[in-house]
Amino acid sequence: MSSTSNVPAAATTGAGDTELAGVAAVEAGRSGRVPGWFVILWRNGKCRLGLVMLAGFVVVAVAAPLVTPYGPRVDDFGLSEGPSAAHWLGTTARGQDVFSQLVYGARTSLIVGIVAGVLSTVIALVIGLTAGYLQGVVDEVLSFLINLGLVVPVLPLMITLSAYAPVKGLGLVIIVIAVTGWAFGARIKRAQIITLRTRDYVTAAKFSGDGTMRIIFYEIAPNMTSLIVVGFMGSALGAIGAEAGLSFLGLGDPQTISWGTMLNQASAGGALLTGQWAWLVAPGVVLAGLITSFTLINFGVDALSNPHLRED
Amino acid sequence: MGYFLRRTGFFVATLWAAVTLNFLIPRLQPGDPAEAIVSRLTGKSEAVDPRQVEAIRRLLGTPDGSLLTQYWDYLGELVHGNFGLSYTYFPYTVTEVIGDAALWTVVLVGVTQILSFVIGTLLGAWAAYRRNSRVDSVITLGSTFVGTLPFFWIALLLIYVFAITLQWFPDGGGYGGGSTPGWSWLFFSDAFQHSVLPALSLLITGPIGWIIGMRNNMVQELGQDYARLARAKGLPQRRIALTYGARIAILPNVTGFAIALGSILGGTVLVETIFNYPGLGRLLLESVSNKDFPLMQALFLFTTIGVLVANFVADLLYGVLDPRVRRTEAA
Repeated sequence: MSSTSNVPAAATTGAGDTELAGVAAVEAGRSGRVPGWFVILWRNGKCRLGLVMLAGFVVVAVAAPLVTPYGPRVDDFGLSEGPSAAHWLGTTARGQDVFSQLVYGARTSLIVGIVAGVLSTVIALVIGLTAGYLQGVVDEVLSFLINLGLVVPVLPLMITLSAYAPVKGLGLVIIVIAVTGWAFGARIKRAQIITLRTRDYVTAAKFSGDGTMRIIFYEIAPNMTSLIVVGFMGSALGAIGAEAGLSFLGLGDPQTISWGTMLNQASAGGALLTGQWAWLVAPGVVLAGLITSFTLINFGVDALSNPHLRED
Repeated sequence: MGYFLRRTGFFVATLWAAVTLNFLIPRLQPGDPAEAIVSRLTGKSEAVDPRQVEAIRRLLGTPDGSLLTQYWDYLGELVHGNFGLSYTYFPYTVTEVIGDAALWTVVLVGVTQILSFVIGTLLGAWAAYRRNSRVDSVITLGSTFVGTLPFFWIALLLIYVFAITLQWFPDGGGYGGGSTPGWSWLFFSDAFQHSVLPALSLLITGPIGWIIGMRNNMVQELGQDYARLARAKGLPQRRIALTYGARIAILPNVTGFAIALGSILGGTVLVETIFNYPGLGRLLLESVSNKDFPLMQALFLFTTIGVLVANFVADLLYGVLDPRVRRTEAA
């Protein structure tokens, strides 16, 4: 935040808000050892709830073996049993414990969300920022790529790509999701850097002889932090949903326990017919819970970039 | 005219990109999808038309000749509308199979998209008209909550409750065993019965985007100076909301609607698979699990072209509806 000294002049634009938020965050952070951005997030009631929920999912995912006594693939229980004291959510048609699968499935969703979210954010950053900063022919070409990525229907593209792949695996799912899901973020980041590229500090950096890549990624990008975080949350959210959808269709990794594969097996294994509502309902509820936690956190991240939305 | 020319240019360029993407995807993969499908096709008991085999080779890429001549041959097959044979539905051609399935999807998705648009826009406008009231928070929070639910999971629950427990509707398929497709009343009522649950699962999540979009646009419009002036003049609130706010706020939704119609296939793969509905989405998944590459590639191409055309129409429409867009793009 070397540029905070010239904020008042620019405070009316969105970018100015980001910088003001930075100042407020720094001040808020002085009161304790907690970082300023976290204080702002925590003060927002919705965001606090989202953070607590997400923390819950992370704890369960990390401590999975402590949460449930059975492994997710152990299949020596009774087949298609209803909920009981030993199996809280019943057992699958192959005799596996549904609750254990649910717990271990949180790992898959979180991993896919984080890794695919980071990958598509990086792609969006590189393409969006390069296009917006350089302008001219480079911008024309990259903008065309972005617009193309926006209009090509994502699910059929994901399905087609994963259909040809010789090996199915979680890595493939992540790559397919990242490759198909970066365009929206790139468009927003391109629009943002166009408003930032003529700032004084950029000119100063140019005159002091910094390279283009250094200006884009060291000077400008840090001023777009909240935009990048919101973009990441959106991509992670999309990735979690996409993984569930692909796995449900049977196009995911058959070796990985995920909420999507659970729903696929519940549907194929006759949960609808045997009346095992717990097997069917639980994966959807946790999936919705995880998505809700991301949505709630986004309310707070928005407040980070727009002080008008803050709750004190 | 600069705006329309530019949009047409973009349309042609994306069309070319989509066709080229469709050419590259099967060729990027390891192995030889064309030969795999040809050898499986010739394994069928009936004779295979050698011209069709040649078409499949040209579409999916058998490595003879340079990439450039392959590309030329591929374009030639496309221009002649020759998409090869379907492995799954042998001896029908890919075009015939897609034609049969398209009607199901277009009717199901067309109707639900229009209903979603109308319901969502009305609810969104209502929420904006009564903003910060109880109606507003019920609509806004309700749609945010429903939006977090995975919609294929909603579809599964609908089957569980209405098809299996209550037995009000059939649990899948496009029509029952008792009726045959045709222009008869029996068939139509049967097909309607089968479409209720798939339509319902599309309708539960469908309006959410329109609700949020319409509400946000309209709240913003009602805060503009012209709306304030109308209020100062003493115009009735309802008139300000409907003829001033809503008319302008609906513009972005109109373009969104054209795009939504174009993405018909993308959204229905899950629903059609769950309900075993005989449309394009289920066909796509079926072609994937059977490694029926000619059918899969053609479906991908058709879907993409559908979206591109819809986008193009939306762009043109937006230019006509909102003159400001033409001016800013020209500047």
